[in-house]
Amino acid sequence: MREFRIFVQKEFFHIFRDRWTTLILLVLPVLMIILFGFGITTEIKNTKFAIYDTVKDEATRGITNKLETSEYFTFERYLQSPDEIEKLFREGQIGFVVVFGDERIQLIADGTDPNTASTLSNYATVLINSYMQEQSSELRATTAARGIITESRLLYNPTLKSAYNIVPGIMGMILMLICALMTSVSIAREKELGTMEVLLVSPMKPLLIILSKLVPYFTISIINYITILLLSVYILKVPIAGSLVLLTGLSLLFIFVSLMLGTLISTMVERQIIALLISGMVLMMPAVFLSGLMFPIESMPKVLQWISHILPVKWFIIAVRNVMIKGLGFDSIIREVAILSGMGLVILMASIKKFKYRLE
Amino acid sequence: MAVSLSCNNIEKSFGKVSALKNITFEVNRGEIFGVIGPDGAGKSTLFRILTTLLLADKGSATVDGFDVVKDYREIRNIVGYMPGKFSLYQDLTVEENLRIFATLFKTTIQENYHLIKDIYSQIEPFKKRMAGALSGGMKQKLALSCALIHKPTVLFLDEPTTGIDPVSRRELWEMLRKLKYQGITIIVSTPYMDEASLCDRIALIQNGEFLKIDTPHSITQSFSKKLFSVKGKNMGSLLNKLREMPGVVTCFAFGDSHHVTAEFDHGPDGPITPESLRNKLNAVGEEELEISLIEPNIEDCFMDLIAGNRQN
Repeated sequence: MREFRIFVQKEFFHIFRDRWTTLILLVLPVLMIILFGFGITTEIKNTKFAIYDTVKDEATRGITNKLETSEYFTFERYLQSPDEIEKLFREGQIGFVVVFGDERIQLIADGTDPNTASTLSNYATVLINSYMQEQSSELRATTAARGIITESRLLYNPTLKSAYNIVPGIMGMILMLICALMTSVSIAREKELGTMEVLLVSPMKPLLIILSKLVPYFTISIINYITILLLSVYILKVPIAGSLVLLTGLSLLFIFVSLMLGTLISTMVERQIIALLISGMVLMMPAVFLSGLMFPIESMPKVLQWISHILPVKWFIIAVRNVMIKGLGFDSIIREVAILSGMGLVILMASIKKFKYRLE
Repeated sequence: MAVSLSCNNIEKSFGKVSALKNITFEVNRGEIFGVIGPDGAGKSTLFRILTTLLLADKGSATVDGFDVVKDYREIRNIVGYMPGKFSLYQDLTVEENLRIFATLFKTTIQENYHLIKDIYSQIEPFKKRMAGALSGGMKQKLALSCALIHKPTVLFLDEPTTGIDPVSRRELWEMLRKLKYQGITIIVSTPYMDEASLCDRIALIQNGEFLKIDTPHSITQSFSKKLFSVKGKNMGSLLNKLREMPGVVTCFAFGDSHHVTAEFDHGPDGPITPESLRNKLNAVGEEELEISLIEPNIEDCFMDLIAGNRQN
């Protein structure tokens, strides 16, 4: 046990004696949350909107008033014809347009910037719904009779969903980065330096060597997990809607899968740069794309969506979204948990099978 | 004398490249055995097979009676190994490096301090310094300390003197001599022929084959040809003229002179002597010649063996 302890300590020395490693491991998550977070919160304030009203009754005026008085939106003008809608978007003057029809209320936003668009339509929908509820039952009866349902439609990108994607996305990326990338690089480093040869020609069990490498990155992942949660709750105001215990359990499972992935990569490569490239290209890039930070998943080509099924991070993001954002219980993530556990076991078996207690 | 290491018909190839061919030798307890040959001759591969890091394609080997394949765990307990590209943990201090390796072998620095005292005391003043900030010679001393801290019975040193200064090289060899008297068997590889005489026995290796295994003295004694050292005004043309001369077997540039080997008895002209060589060279226009008969060193023997191998 003494050798295990000193090896864990050694690994921490490697991490904290290199200023850049420390910075990446501890500051990067904070930076990402703040950057992406503020990117979203500032854009919503004082967004201009226009209205195309074919009904012009008390309810539509009420809704217009409700939107106008909120801190998020500023009323631009009434439109005379639907043709003006696209013109306004092209000029980039407004964030969204509300169309009051006989049957329904329609929100139209610019889908070329999907995250902003979906945030805007979410906010507007919430405001419209709350207006409806505030009204007397009499009015509600009439609107219900008219069958008003709010429906958001995003121009150019009609299927985009939530902007809350960023917290689960960042969480997935950071945990992946630290567990898989850093672990594989640190093991590859021992091989490149030639120290692995010496470690192998010693009484210490090779599995114990690997395990001592996993402990520090596991610890740092936990710290980052807590940091991300604190930041998202207190800075981004994204509340933890579901059970914290469930969310933590889920994250531990994902950390385990990522650590195993890192180990597997390291058994296959001899050099740090290769480990870095594999982790970066095969793990990180998809994590960025699938987290919804840049592109909504639904707008990707079918082939890519299909490939995304084999990436653990995709399932993790879905599950976190369900638990943390939607506040759903364990029932809702059984499929994701099963898939992640399965992947973890398969990768564990593969890395044990591939693990070499000799050089080849 | 007890056999410490034995190696029988070891063969190894990587893909189509044959790295080791038919390697057979034995090393006795407390012997310094040198494996001497140029880069790429197969030295590191041999060391890795003997330290259980690689599996041979054919043949068997034992270290202290343990089989390198079957009993690899036992071997990993008793040998010390310093790989060629070993560079320690650069971002850990001298002391931390040593402590990690001591712990790795379930011992402590205090327990076996006496073993490494001679070597480690030289770098101990810098024990708080990062290993990456040490000079090449000091790094090797630290690496050797790390390989010795668990009192191995057999020590494998893969090119320990490559890339370090002549003073450190000499010191390192002195240390190996001391370790030998503590009963530690030392297998050491080097590309430097001049280090051969510091070993008890050596094996000359070329293209994965042992050309000869013997004491350095016997190897130089068994040199079966005459050897001349030749200097002249124009070394370049001299080399070509010598190679064309009848009776000359080989001729190599060797530092500031050419080493020429010739048969003891050569045909009707009689044996080549410094005088006959001088006359012939003067006749073809070479000037300012200095020619003398010399004793062969290991490198001469090595070159001769390679030349002999080629003819076969």
